[in-house]
Amino acid sequence: MKRKFLIVLPILFLVALAALLARGLQSDPRHLESTRIGRPAPVIVLTTLDGQSFDSRTLTGQVWLLNVFASWCSACVIEHPALLQLASQQRMPLVGLAYKDKIDDTRGWLFERGNPYSSVPVDLDGRIGIEYGVYGVPETFVIDAAGIVRLRHAGPIDNKFLAQLEAILAEQGEKK
Amino acid sequence: MNDPVSQQSGIMPEHHERLRQLSTELRCLVCQNQSIAESNAGLAVDLRQQALEQIQAGKSDADIRSYMVERYGEFILYKPAYSASNAVLWGGPFLLLALVLVLLVRGLRRRNRAVATEALTADAGDVLRRAKLEERYRRESHD
Amino acid sequence: MIAELGQLSLALALAIALLTSVFSFWHIRRETLGSHYLSRALGGSALLTFLLTGVAYAALVFSFISSDFSVRNVAENSNSALPIAYRFAASWGSHEGSLLLWVLMLAGWTAAVALLSGRLAAGFRVRVLSTLLLLQVAFLLLLLASSNPFLRILPAVLEGRDLNPLLQDPVMVIHPPMLYMGYVGFAVSFAFALAALLEGRLDPTWARWSRPWANAAWSFLTVGILLGSWWAYTELGWGGWWFWDPVENASFLPWLAGTALIHSLAVTDKRDALKSWTVLLSLVAFALSLLGTFLVRSGVLTSVHAFATDPTRGILILSLLTAVVGVAFVLYAWRTREVGLGGSFSLVSRESMLLSNNVLLVCSLAAVLLGTLYPLIVEAFGGEKMSVGPPYFEAVMAPLLLPAAWLMAAAPWSTWKTTRAQSMLRPLVWPLLVSIAVAAGFVVLRGKGSVMMVLGLMSATLLATATLAHATGRVRLSAQRSLWARFSVHGMSYWAMITAHVGIAVFIAGVTLVNTYEVEKDLVMRVGQTEVIEGWQVRFDGVRLAPGANYDAVQAVFQLADSSGKFITNLTPEKRRYLAGGQTMTEAAIRYGWFGDVYLSLGEPMESSDDAPQAWSARIYLKPFIGWIWLGCSMMALGGAMTLFDRRYRVRGKAPAAPIVVTA
Repeated sequence: MKRKFLIVLPILFLVALAALLARGLQSDPRHLESTRIGRPAPVIVLTTLDGQSFDSRTLTGQVWLLNVFASWCSACVIEHPALLQLASQQRMPLVGLAYKDKIDDTRGWLFERGNPYSSVPVDLDGRIGIEYGVYGVPETFVIDAAGIVRLRHAGPIDNKFLAQLEAILAEQGEKK
Repeated sequence: MNDPVSQQSGIMPEHHERLRQLSTELRCLVCQNQSIAESNAGLAVDLRQQALEQIQAGKSDADIRSYMVERYGEFILYKPAYSASNAVLWGGPFLLLALVLVLLVRGLRRRNRAVATEALTADAGDVLRRAKLEERYRRESHD
Repeated sequence: MIAELGQLSLALALAIALLTSVFSFWHIRRETLGSHYLSRALGGSALLTFLLTGVAYAALVFSFISSDFSVRNVAENSNSALPIAYRFAASWGSHEGSLLLWVLMLAGWTAAVALLSGRLAAGFRVRVLSTLLLLQVAFLLLLLASSNPFLRILPAVLEGRDLNPLLQDPVMVIHPPMLYMGYVGFAVSFAFALAALLEGRLDPTWARWSRPWANAAWSFLTVGILLGSWWAYTELGWGGWWFWDPVENASFLPWLAGTALIHSLAVTDKRDALKSWTVLLSLVAFALSLLGTFLVRSGVLTSVHAFATDPTRGILILSLLTAVVGVAFVLYAWRTREVGLGGSFSLVSRESMLLSNNVLLVCSLAAVLLGTLYPLIVEAFGGEKMSVGPPYFEAVMAPLLLPAAWLMAAAPWSTWKTTRAQSMLRPLVWPLLVSIAVAAGFVVLRGKGSVMMVLGLMSATLLATATLAHATGRVRLSAQRSLWARFSVHGMSYWAMITAHVGIAVFIAGVTLVNTYEVEKDLVMRVGQTEVIEGWQVRFDGVRLAPGANYDAVQAVFQLADSSGKFITNLTPEKRRYLAGGQTMTEAAIRYGWFGDVYLSLGEPMESSDDAPQAWSARIYLKPFIGWIWLGCSMMALGGAMTLFDRRYRVRGKAPAAPIVVTA
């Protein structure tokens, strides 16, 4: 009996392995879930592009978006039109974190392409980025009225992100 | 290989060593499987800088690791945590070794006892079967 | 036109392999056609498919060397400024090209089996060759369906994208072919095992036939892995040589299984024991090669080595893997009872020593496999994404593999069937004393030591001393008169074992010493400045431009001198910028030495505050005994190759009589 089990063991092992690898093929090994989801958004206190001071705590009470971007980021160019459109709807503040970028370059980039942001805090050395667990550009965070991070989207925003954003807005609207 | 972090002036040797050791345990998240010690990608340099500042501020290695995990998840640690969920990982190979050794020793002992008794009771059927196999082989291999 | 010719060639090879193998399996089962006829037909088929696959590969190489950018593979991986050797190597620099190389190797091994197995029993030979041809069919189908290197890109581009600069290194020209020779070589022992299962019996000569093929594949794989490791060391700029990266592990897994296999085959050959286990191992070794192929090409795990990925391709490879290995394991479960267990042996015997070697190797294999796949397992069960990296593997592998070294030290004194433990342990007394002395010596001389260092160095010295002691004892006590006869009477296999085992000791010593005593130092140097590090002096002489065929480079010149100031050599690390893609690469300068390397990597120019001459940053590594890693691996591979020259395998006139051992 035991011998029979041992003999069939390789087959069982193969089946388990194949199932595991098939499952593995479906997920993206580079994708990283944010650890900040469901937790309070780290406080941002920075100077903005036009010299004002920005404090993220002033934004509690409403849903807002934090978009991490840079002038040296080619994927940011791809999502920029969508951001401009989102901003034109004026449904929530869109804050653009200038990540590890030279101030002049950021200004020039926004001047050329349009500025969808209500404020542009400047994160010269990327420390705020680290607080948010940023590992690439662009990234977009959705923070709710209570200041909790609800969503982190890595890469240019797409329809899937917009759908998720709608769901959060709807849920927050009900809460009111 | 430029290392803007460790080339800063005035780093104490023991801090340098701790930084180096710790950096080999932290993954560079923008690379294709390298530690932040080996990579000069922007994020890797930033994280090394953070780690250095924390070392210099007196934080322990465990503190720095949990700082990183809090922001980036367990994924950033190359050394899996010694937790209950990782018990299979850390203990598995040794358990397997122990299990296999026990089974083998028992199996061998049992078989040796069985063979000893079988040798005294081999029956004609066995002998005939073996002889047939031998003959078939001999025929086939003289090509 | 040439590319289409290549495609046609592959299609023909596929058709021939498919038709002949299916035909043969059909008829051999029903015994409707003479096995001799089928055997000869398959031999011809094997040679033909090799020829056709060779033509196809030649077509691909031609496209690369002539820089035919209408072929997509060439456009994506080559460039007209690329030196010709790299244009040739670029043929296997992509997934499609390297898969074709795989297929070529498989056809090559099949043809070799066809040529060298004339004396094999016809029925058995038919099954072996049919299995190998069917494997070719599977891979050709995969290639033509999803990974065709001959696809055109229309309109053709004017210039290619260039070969990844990391791959533009001389080692690139030999590492993949060697590696694939190893991976694919295990298909032969796989086929032998399957043929035995299909026939429903395992006669005693099965192991003797299988051994040289397994040993050859193992040697190639050892060389392939060694070259990959050495390449990482020279090319990546920070002196690392093994990262437990998933793709590296993918090559290490079949190596561990292969090492277990070659030892298990020895037991089955000599003593007709462990038969069922050896058959299973033969299947597992190739299964792991296939798993490795999957891991590298599917993108399921992040790796520096992974080819550009495509999920559909991953599913196809997984299906191939599951189908081939599934059939093999089902056959095993069904037929292994008929194979039988084989001869018995006592708890302390040479068989049990080799079996315990197998146990340790299989547990190490399990550890590497588990560590590599664990992140996937955790994710599959909904857990948080995690990493398993070098800290895990280093912690787990040492306790599993060092005991193997200790067993290896005692093993030459073991005897078949039964041994007295005392007769194995007594000869180890003075090697053990020597190992204590050597370890103590290092701690005292270097002023630094650790538990791991002592354990590692002692194990290495014990193994080397004990093995050499056994060899010298054998030679000294031999009854032969001439020195040559004293050596040759023991047979090539014995000396192969001695070489390989001493090689392992050298390897362990190298790893232990470099990990314990390596030193790195960051330097910022102005022209003319000298820095001192341990026993060396380094003087920076300045930079100059050193353009290459397809890159621009800034080359720094450093003079290396020993502690007394005597000039040793110039070190010229570079910073290159490749013209086609704009990538920057750092080329380290290495001074190789028997007792350690000096490794110098160039950094960046530092901004100078005034008109003072510009300073450059650099990093220097001292890597004691690192060369012993490559030396040890080379000795292992040499040992494996030496077994092929054992007089048992020489086919000169008289074939060695096939002894039929009746198992007790």
